[in-house]
Amino acid sequence: MPTVLILGANAGIGRALAAEFALHQHDLILAGRDLEELQALAADLNLRHNVNVRAERVDVLNFEALESALAACLAPAGDSLEGAVLCVGYLGDPEAARKDLKEAHRILDTNFTGSALALEVLANHFEQKRKGFICALSSVAGDRGRQSNYLYGSAKGGLTTYLQGLRNQLYHSGVHVITVKPGFVDTRMVYGRGKLPLVAPPEAVARGIYHAVKSRKNVVYVPWFWRVIMFMVCLIPEELFKKLRM
Amino acid sequence: MTDRKPSFAPERLSGWGRYPVETCYVFRPEKRSEVAATLASGLQTSYIPRGLGRSYGDAALNENAGVIWPILLNRFLSFDSASGVLECESGVSLAEIIQFFLPRGWFLPVTPGTKYVTAGGAIAADIHGKNHHRDGSFSNFVLDFRLLAPTGEVLLCSPAAHSEIFWATVGGMGLTGVVMSARLRLRRVDSAYVFVDFFKAANLEDALATMDASDERYEYSVAWIDALATGKTMGRSVLMRGNHAPEAELPARLRGPQSGMQDPQSGMRNPQSGIGNDSSIPTRPQWNLFMDFPSWALDRLTVQAFNTAYYAVHRTASRQLVGFEKFFYPLDAISQWNRMYGKRGFVQYQIALPQVSGRAGLRTILDRLARSGRASFLAVLKRFGDAGNGLLSFPLRGYTLALDIPAARGLVPFLHELDRMTLDHGGRIYLAKDAVLRAEDFAAMYPKLESFRAIQRKLDAQRLFSSSMARRLRIVD
Repeated sequence: MPTVLILGANAGIGRALAAEFALHQHDLILAGRDLEELQALAADLNLRHNVNVRAERVDVLNFEALESALAACLAPAGDSLEGAVLCVGYLGDPEAARKDLKEAHRILDTNFTGSALALEVLANHFEQKRKGFICALSSVAGDRGRQSNYLYGSAKGGLTTYLQGLRNQLYHSGVHVITVKPGFVDTRMVYGRGKLPLVAPPEAVARGIYHAVKSRKNVVYVPWFWRVIMFMVCLIPEELFKKLRM
Repeated sequence: MTDRKPSFAPERLSGWGRYPVETCYVFRPEKRSEVAATLASGLQTSYIPRGLGRSYGDAALNENAGVIWPILLNRFLSFDSASGVLECESGVSLAEIIQFFLPRGWFLPVTPGTKYVTAGGAIAADIHGKNHHRDGSFSNFVLDFRLLAPTGEVLLCSPAAHSEIFWATVGGMGLTGVVMSARLRLRRVDSAYVFVDFFKAANLEDALATMDASDERYEYSVAWIDALATGKTMGRSVLMRGNHAPEAELPARLRGPQSGMQDPQSGMRNPQSGIGNDSSIPTRPQWNLFMDFPSWALDRLTVQAFNTAYYAVHRTASRQLVGFEKFFYPLDAISQWNRMYGKRGFVQYQIALPQVSGRAGLRTILDRLARSGRASFLAVLKRFGDAGNGLLSFPLRGYTLALDIPAARGLVPFLHELDRMTLDHGGRIYLAKDAVLRAEDFAAMYPKLESFRAIQRKLDAQRLFSSSMARRLRIVD
């Protein structure tokens, strides 16, 4: 059976995506920081969908150990490894981050540096095999910086640019790269942060991502209407945009 | 992430009866560690766990305080296909258990009238089903559970280990801590069908005599009762009693490896089985009541008409093949059926009466109800078997009667009157359905309350667990 690595499968979109791949009979390698949680999810997906699921501890903030940790994930899968999905994201506390550089650093490192480094390791792996896919979750927040979450947004914007380049690079070795830009999703990133419009359930977002992977899309917004919303948002002249409170 | 303080959402919440409605602060942990982090956060004065919100009154409400909603902690952890022991997290719903294990030949050992109940909620209310007269309540099939105690430690509780906490937690309405996971013993079944015998009883005497005489021949027994009939027909009922259908006795078109059980891999109906709607397993309700009915929709006249028609269309008949969905969960087919009662909502009123005084008690209460003119549609009568060991568990050997009563003026004093009648006959009220009982009546109904309080007090010295119900009934002090 084809195997997929999901990095950041603990909760939210990553967990829903793991369930989506399991439903479609993919074996899984679940990687993330909390091994106990991953093991519970691995047992669950195995019982529900009768697929093989392995849990591995990987922390994208532990830069030094990243290469070896990912190698431990990838090696046992061998040629069955079809692709990898990076579902790492940390909105953090944007208010606190303005006074606390540590928090700011953590937001930037998780969403850009750690994510990009993990993708570098994955890119090398798939480039050598000359096949497979790499899918990564960026965000609509990366399309335009705004007051309420610009640290997160800028890191995700950087990741979007990184993925553009990576797609170009890997195209020549037959490896496909998918950029996913979710809007508001009902995970702990938004839960309890007041009423937001258009919040999508993670299961629906996972179905959209699965479809994007299988139909080899380049850049997808999930749900689709965020493409329209972000197009409009990007049209607003900077002179006006800077005066808005959003 | 874990390092951040747990966030919560203010919500206007109610139970399934939509009365009362209160503001609560809801925490929705996505990881196990977040539950303990929430308890330790100091963000709220107290907490109560909540599952799918199917208790009717204020059991899973905590006005202006915390509600822990572990609905995302819903993972199956292990399953032993030889013994049928399933270990799962407390947010797993009975619907999910059926969806994934019925196709493998396993069913719930005890199920209430809805499958949209979590394992945690089933333990907290020590739920019962149509087989209580034979198998007892849910806790009989709970091997053990991991309880996150108010102190933050996780205790493995079973009838053997921490047994006093085990028996305080089953039926304990979430007041001893958060059940994180449990091991449940499922039961083997051959098919997703039940052979049902229907029997029309002319009145209460007839219904009770028939139940007493022959209930033991059936795994499942329940009666729909016309709570508005008076005089000689008072208590007229339709008894529905059945056993799981063995595969060999099914008609040929329903046989096969699945026998009406849905294929869990595809998540869709099995196109090969050729089985109709009643037998496949919808993961979501087919119908949705998307608006409130006006409050006159279920008044005395319409309900009386419904009851008369319902009684008239049923015939005494034996060995009718009924799909499990229709037999166990007739109302689950309509999402939000509670909106039938309009904006004001309704209360569910369920009592248990001991065998000796049951007949007289039922007669007194049905008579009072019929005279009151308060419409009750979907009144249900059944026999209970032996009481379990849960300190606040509801069932006791005898009879149970469940009624839906629309919220209307004068309802609360009326229910207090019924409470008194129940108490006079040695009976009690089901907490999972209650919204109006008074503390002194509650204390008189549950003789093991003091033992419960003593265990709870020891476990929760910082008074971290409470609910609107717990304060109303002074379950914890």
